[in-house]
Amino acid sequence: MTATMTWDDLAEGTEAAPREVGPLTRTDFVKYQGASGDFNPIHHDEEYAQSAGFPTVFSVGMLQAGILAAYATDWLGADNVRRYGFQFREQVWPGDTLTCRGAVTKRYEEGGERLVDLELTCTRQTGGAAVKGWATFVVP
Amino acid sequence: MVDKSAVGATDEPFDIEVERGKILEFARATKSDNAAYLDDPTPVSPPTFLVTGAFWGGQGGSAFRKANLDMRRVLDGGREFVFHGPPPRAGTKLTAQTRLEEIYEKEGKRGGTMTFVVAVQEFRDEAGRLVAEHRSTAIETGRPPAEEKNG
Repeated sequence: MTATMTWDDLAEGTEAAPREVGPLTRTDFVKYQGASGDFNPIHHDEEYAQSAGFPTVFSVGMLQAGILAAYATDWLGADNVRRYGFQFREQVWPGDTLTCRGAVTKRYEEGGERLVDLELTCTRQTGGAAVKGWATFVVP
Repeated sequence: MVDKSAVGATDEPFDIEVERGKILEFARATKSDNAAYLDDPTPVSPPTFLVTGAFWGGQGGSAFRKANLDMRRVLDGGREFVFHGPPPRAGTKLTAQTRLEEIYEKEGKRGGTMTFVVAVQEFRDEAGRLVAEHRSTAIETGRPPAEEKNG
Protein backbone atom coordinates (compact mmCIF):
# COMPACT_ATOMS: atom_id res chain seq x y z
CA MET A 1 0.00 0.00 0.00
CA THR A 2 1.37 3.40 -0.94
CA ALA A 3 0.50 6.60 0.84
CA THR A 4 -1.63 8.65 -1.48
CA MET A 5 -3.00 11.10 1.05
CA THR A 6 -2.30 14.72 0.23
CA TRP A 7 -2.20 17.87 2.34
CA ASP A 8 -5.71 18.77 1.21
CA ASP A 9 -7.03 15.35 2.26
CA LEU A 10 -5.80 15.71 5.82
CA ALA A 11 -7.89 18.43 7.44
CA GLU A 12 -8.03 18.32 11.22
CA GLY A 13 -10.58 15.71 12.26
CA THR A 14 -9.95 13.48 9.22
CA GLU A 15 -10.18 9.81 10.23
CA ALA A 16 -8.44 6.83 8.69
CA ALA A 17 -10.53 3.76 7.83
CA PRO A 18 -10.42 1.45 10.90
CA ARG A 19 -8.43 -1.78 10.60
CA GLU A 20 -9.39 -4.99 12.36
CA VAL A 21 -6.59 -7.40 13.27
CA GLY A 22 -7.05 -10.90 14.65
CA PRO A 23 -8.15 -12.98 16.38
CA LEU A 24 -4.58 -12.96 17.71
CA THR A 25 -3.01 -16.33 18.43
CA ARG A 26 -0.14 -17.53 20.57
CA THR A 27 1.74 -17.95 17.30
CA ASP A 28 1.35 -14.20 16.66
CA PHE A 29 2.95 -13.51 20.06
CA VAL A 30 5.83 -15.89 19.32
CA LYS A 31 6.41 -14.41 15.86
CA TYR A 32 6.70 -10.95 17.39
CA GLN A 33 8.99 -12.17 20.14
CA GLY A 34 11.27 -13.71 17.51
CA ALA A 35 11.17 -10.56 15.40
CA SER A 36 11.86 -8.19 18.30
CA GLY A 37 14.19 -10.15 20.55
CA ASP A 38 11.99 -9.83 23.65
CA PHE A 39 11.81 -13.43 24.92
CA ASN A 40 9.97 -12.86 28.19
CA PRO A 41 8.41 -16.31 28.82
CA ILE A 42 5.22 -14.75 30.20
CA HIS A 43 4.11 -14.30 26.56
CA HIS A 44 4.58 -17.94 25.42
CA ASP A 45 5.15 -20.29 28.37
CA GLU A 46 1.79 -21.37 29.80
CA GLU A 47 3.19 -22.78 33.04
CA TYR A 48 5.32 -19.70 33.63
CA ALA A 49 2.37 -17.34 33.06
CA GLN A 50 0.15 -19.34 35.41
CA SER A 51 2.83 -19.50 38.11
CA ALA A 52 2.94 -15.69 37.90
CA GLY A 53 -0.81 -15.59 38.59
CA PHE A 54 -2.18 -15.11 35.08
CA PRO A 55 -4.87 -17.36 33.58
CA THR A 56 -2.73 -17.91 30.48
CA VAL A 57 -0.07 -16.19 28.36
CA PHE A 58 -0.80 -12.70 27.10
CA SER A 59 0.42 -10.59 24.20
CA VAL A 60 3.58 -8.50 24.15
CA GLY A 61 2.60 -4.84 24.62
CA MET A 62 5.05 -3.92 21.88
CA LEU A 63 3.20 -6.21 19.44
CA GLN A 64 -0.03 -4.21 19.62
CA ALA A 65 2.05 -1.00 19.67
CA GLY A 66 3.74 -2.24 16.49
CA ILE A 67 0.41 -3.18 14.89
CA LEU A 68 -0.87 0.34 15.61
CA ALA A 69 2.35 1.83 14.17
CA ALA A 70 1.99 -0.23 10.98
CA TYR A 71 -1.61 0.94 10.65
CA ALA A 72 -0.42 4.57 10.80
CA THR A 73 2.46 4.12 8.34
CA ASP A 74 0.22 2.18 5.95
CA TRP A 75 -2.04 5.25 5.99
CA LEU A 76 0.47 8.11 5.73
CA GLY A 77 3.64 6.50 4.43
CA ALA A 78 6.50 4.52 5.95
CA ASP A 79 9.08 7.21 5.07
CA ASN A 80 7.00 10.03 6.51
CA VAL A 81 6.79 9.16 10.21
CA ARG A 82 8.76 11.49 12.49
CA ARG A 83 7.31 10.61 15.90
CA TYR A 84 5.38 7.68 17.31
CA GLY A 85 4.55 7.45 21.00
CA PHE A 86 2.18 5.29 23.00
CA GLN A 87 1.06 4.05 26.37
CA PHE A 88 -0.14 0.58 27.21
CA ARG A 89 -3.59 0.15 28.74
CA GLU A 90 -5.38 -3.23 28.91
CA GLN A 91 -3.59 -6.51 28.32
CA VAL A 92 -4.30 -8.42 25.11
CA TRP A 93 -5.14 -12.13 25.33
CA PRO A 94 -5.15 -15.03 22.86
CA GLY A 95 -8.34 -14.82 20.79
CA ASP A 96 -8.61 -11.05 21.07
CA THR A 97 -9.49 -9.04 17.98
CA LEU A 98 -8.01 -5.56 17.83
CA THR A 99 -9.31 -2.51 16.01
CA CYS A 100 -6.96 0.33 15.07
CA ARG A 101 -8.26 3.83 14.56
CA GLY A 102 -6.53 7.10 13.74
CA ALA A 103 -7.44 10.73 13.24
CA VAL A 104 -5.68 13.99 12.42
CA THR A 105 -5.62 16.25 15.48
CA LYS A 106 -3.44 19.05 14.10
CA ARG A 107 -2.23 20.16 10.69
CA TYR A 108 0.60 22.71 10.55
CA GLU A 109 3.81 23.88 8.89
CA GLU A 110 7.07 23.95 10.78
CA GLY A 111 10.67 24.29 9.65
CA GLY A 112 9.58 24.36 6.01
CA GLU A 113 7.70 21.05 6.33
CA ARG A 114 4.01 20.25 6.27
CA LEU A 115 3.12 18.12 9.29
CA VAL A 116 0.12 16.38 10.81
CA ASP A 117 -0.28 15.12 14.37
CA LEU A 118 -2.38 11.99 14.85
CA GLU A 119 -4.30 10.44 17.69
CA LEU A 120 -4.24 6.64 17.48
CA THR A 121 -6.05 3.93 19.40
CA CYS A 122 -5.94 0.15 19.41
CA THR A 123 -8.97 -1.30 21.15
CA ARG A 124 -9.96 -4.86 22.09
CA GLN A 125 -13.26 -6.44 21.03
CA THR A 126 -14.57 -5.49 24.49
CA GLY A 127 -14.18 -1.81 23.60
CA GLY A 128 -11.36 -1.42 26.11
CA ALA A 129 -8.23 0.37 24.92
CA ALA A 130 -5.10 -1.76 24.61
CA VAL A 131 -2.82 1.02 23.33
CA LYS A 132 -3.24 4.78 23.13
CA GLY A 133 -0.84 6.37 20.70
CA TRP A 134 0.14 9.62 19.05
CA ALA A 135 2.25 10.36 15.99
CA THR A 136 3.63 13.09 13.78
CA PHE A 137 4.01 12.62 10.01
CA VAL A 138 5.38 14.85 7.30
CA VAL A 139 3.05 15.26 4.34
CA PRO A 140 5.19 15.50 1.17
CA MET B 1 14.08 4.63 46.67
CA VAL B 2 14.95 6.10 43.29
CA ASP B 3 18.48 7.51 43.07
CA LYS B 4 18.14 10.92 41.44
CA SER B 5 21.91 11.33 41.14
CA ALA B 6 21.76 8.70 38.38
CA VAL B 7 20.46 11.28 35.87
CA GLY B 8 22.98 11.51 33.04
CA ALA B 9 24.30 7.97 33.58
CA THR B 10 24.88 6.10 30.32
CA ASP B 11 24.96 2.47 29.17
CA GLU B 12 27.74 1.03 27.05
CA PRO B 13 27.16 2.01 23.39
CA PHE B 14 26.62 -0.78 20.85
CA ASP B 15 26.49 -1.00 17.05
CA ILE B 16 23.43 -2.07 15.10
CA GLU B 17 23.00 -2.62 11.38
CA VAL B 18 19.50 -2.25 9.97
CA GLU B 19 18.87 -5.42 7.91
CA ARG B 20 16.27 -6.12 5.22
CA GLY B 21 15.41 -9.63 6.44
CA LYS B 22 14.76 -8.37 9.94
CA ILE B 23 12.56 -5.59 8.55
CA LEU B 24 10.52 -8.17 6.57
CA GLU B 25 10.14 -10.35 9.67
CA PHE B 26 9.22 -7.40 11.88
CA ALA B 27 6.74 -5.90 9.39
CA ARG B 28 4.98 -9.27 8.95
CA ALA B 29 4.89 -9.86 12.71
CA THR B 30 3.19 -6.49 13.19
CA LYS B 31 0.64 -7.27 10.43
CA SER B 32 1.79 -4.70 7.89
CA ASP B 33 1.12 -5.24 4.19
CA ASN B 34 3.04 -2.11 3.23
CA ALA B 35 5.11 -2.52 0.04
CA ALA B 36 7.57 0.03 1.47
CA TYR B 37 8.57 -2.65 4.00
CA LEU B 38 7.87 -5.85 2.08
CA ASP B 39 8.85 -5.14 -1.55
CA ASP B 40 11.50 -2.41 -1.50
CA PRO B 41 15.05 -3.88 -1.86
CA THR B 42 16.33 -1.34 0.69
CA PRO B 43 13.24 -0.83 2.84
CA VAL B 44 12.80 1.85 5.46
CA SER B 45 12.37 0.41 8.98
CA PRO B 46 9.04 0.40 10.86
CA PRO B 47 8.52 2.95 13.69
CA THR B 48 9.24 0.55 16.58
CA PHE B 49 11.86 -1.53 14.71
CA LEU B 50 14.84 -0.22 16.69
CA VAL B 51 13.84 -2.41 19.65
CA THR B 52 15.64 -5.13 17.64
CA GLY B 53 18.82 -3.58 19.06
CA ALA B 54 18.25 -6.34 21.64
CA PHE B 55 19.96 -8.69 19.14
CA TRP B 56 23.02 -6.40 18.89
CA GLY B 57 23.91 -6.13 22.53
CA GLY B 58 21.32 -3.60 23.61
CA GLN B 59 20.06 -5.42 26.66
CA GLY B 60 17.97 -2.48 27.74
CA GLY B 61 16.98 -1.64 31.26
CA SER B 62 20.45 -1.17 32.67
CA ALA B 63 20.08 2.63 32.68
CA PHE B 64 16.91 2.06 34.70
CA ARG B 65 18.81 -0.23 37.06
CA LYS B 66 21.25 2.60 37.77
CA ALA B 67 18.29 4.59 39.10
CA ASN B 68 17.74 1.82 41.66
CA LEU B 69 14.05 1.38 40.81
CA ASP B 70 12.09 -1.08 42.92
CA MET B 71 10.98 -3.34 40.07
CA ARG B 72 8.06 -4.76 42.12
CA ARG B 73 6.46 -1.30 42.02
CA VAL B 74 7.27 -0.30 38.44
CA LEU B 75 4.75 0.39 35.68
CA ASP B 76 5.54 1.00 32.02
CA GLY B 77 4.80 4.70 31.54
CA GLY B 78 4.99 4.60 27.76
CA ARG B 79 7.47 4.93 24.94
CA GLU B 80 8.17 7.36 22.16
CA PHE B 81 10.24 7.05 18.99
CA VAL B 82 11.45 10.24 17.29
CA PHE B 83 13.05 10.32 13.81
CA HIS B 84 15.14 13.24 12.54
CA GLY B 85 14.24 12.48 8.93
CA PRO B 86 12.89 9.23 7.43
CA PRO B 87 13.44 6.16 9.68
CA PRO B 88 16.74 4.38 8.91
CA ARG B 89 16.76 2.12 5.83
CA ALA B 90 18.20 -1.37 5.42
CA GLY B 91 21.99 -1.15 5.23
CA THR B 92 22.26 1.74 7.69
CA LYS B 93 24.86 1.29 10.41
CA LEU B 94 24.01 2.96 13.70
CA THR B 95 25.53 3.30 17.14
CA ALA B 96 23.06 3.23 20.02
CA GLN B 97 23.53 4.48 23.54
CA THR B 98 21.06 4.86 26.39
CA ARG B 99 21.19 7.72 28.86
CA LEU B 100 19.10 8.36 31.95
CA GLU B 101 17.51 11.63 30.91
CA GLU B 102 15.20 12.79 33.66
CA ILE B 103 13.68 11.85 37.03
CA TYR B 104 10.66 13.68 38.42
CA GLU B 105 7.83 13.09 40.85
CA LYS B 106 4.05 13.49 40.77
CA GLU B 107 1.43 12.89 43.40
CA GLY B 108 -0.59 9.81 42.39
CA LYS B 109 -4.30 9.45 42.99
CA ARG B 110 -4.04 6.07 44.70
CA GLY B 111 -0.44 5.03 45.14
CA GLY B 112 1.14 8.01 46.92
CA THR B 113 4.09 9.72 45.24
CA MET B 114 4.91 8.40 41.79
CA THR B 115 8.46 8.72 40.51
CA PHE B 116 8.93 9.00 36.73
CA VAL B 117 12.25 7.83 35.31
CA VAL B 118 12.90 8.67 31.65
CA ALA B 119 15.63 6.93 29.64
CA VAL B 120 16.51 7.89 26.07
CA GLN B 121 18.30 5.61 23.63
CA GLU B 122 19.99 7.64 20.89
CA PHE B 123 20.85 6.18 17.47
CA ARG B 124 23.60 7.93 15.48
CA ASP B 125 24.88 7.15 11.99
CA GLU B 126 28.51 6.78 11.00
CA ALA B 127 28.84 10.57 10.61
CA GLY B 128 27.63 11.01 14.19
CA ARG B 129 24.30 12.47 13.06
CA LEU B 130 21.37 11.83 15.41
CA VAL B 131 18.97 9.62 13.38
CA ALA B 132 16.49 8.41 15.97
CA GLU B 133 15.63 8.49 19.66
CA HIS B 134 13.71 5.94 21.69
CA ARG B 135 12.40 7.33 24.95
CA SER B 136 11.00 5.05 27.69
CA THR B 137 9.32 6.09 30.90
CA ALA B 138 9.22 3.85 33.97
CA ILE B 139 6.97 4.81 36.85
CA GLU B 140 7.75 3.69 40.39
CA THR B 141 4.49 3.77 42.31
CA GLY B 142 4.11 4.51 46.01
CA ARG B 143 2.90 0.98 46.64
CA PRO B 144 2.88 -2.21 44.54
CA PRO B 145 0.37 -2.12 41.67
CA ALA B 146 -2.39 -4.68 42.17
CA GLU B 147 -3.73 -6.06 38.91
CA GLU B 148 -2.38 -3.26 36.75
CA LYS B 149 0.44 -5.18 35.13
CA ASN B 150 1.55 -4.04 31.72
CA GLY B 151 2.67 -6.02 28.69
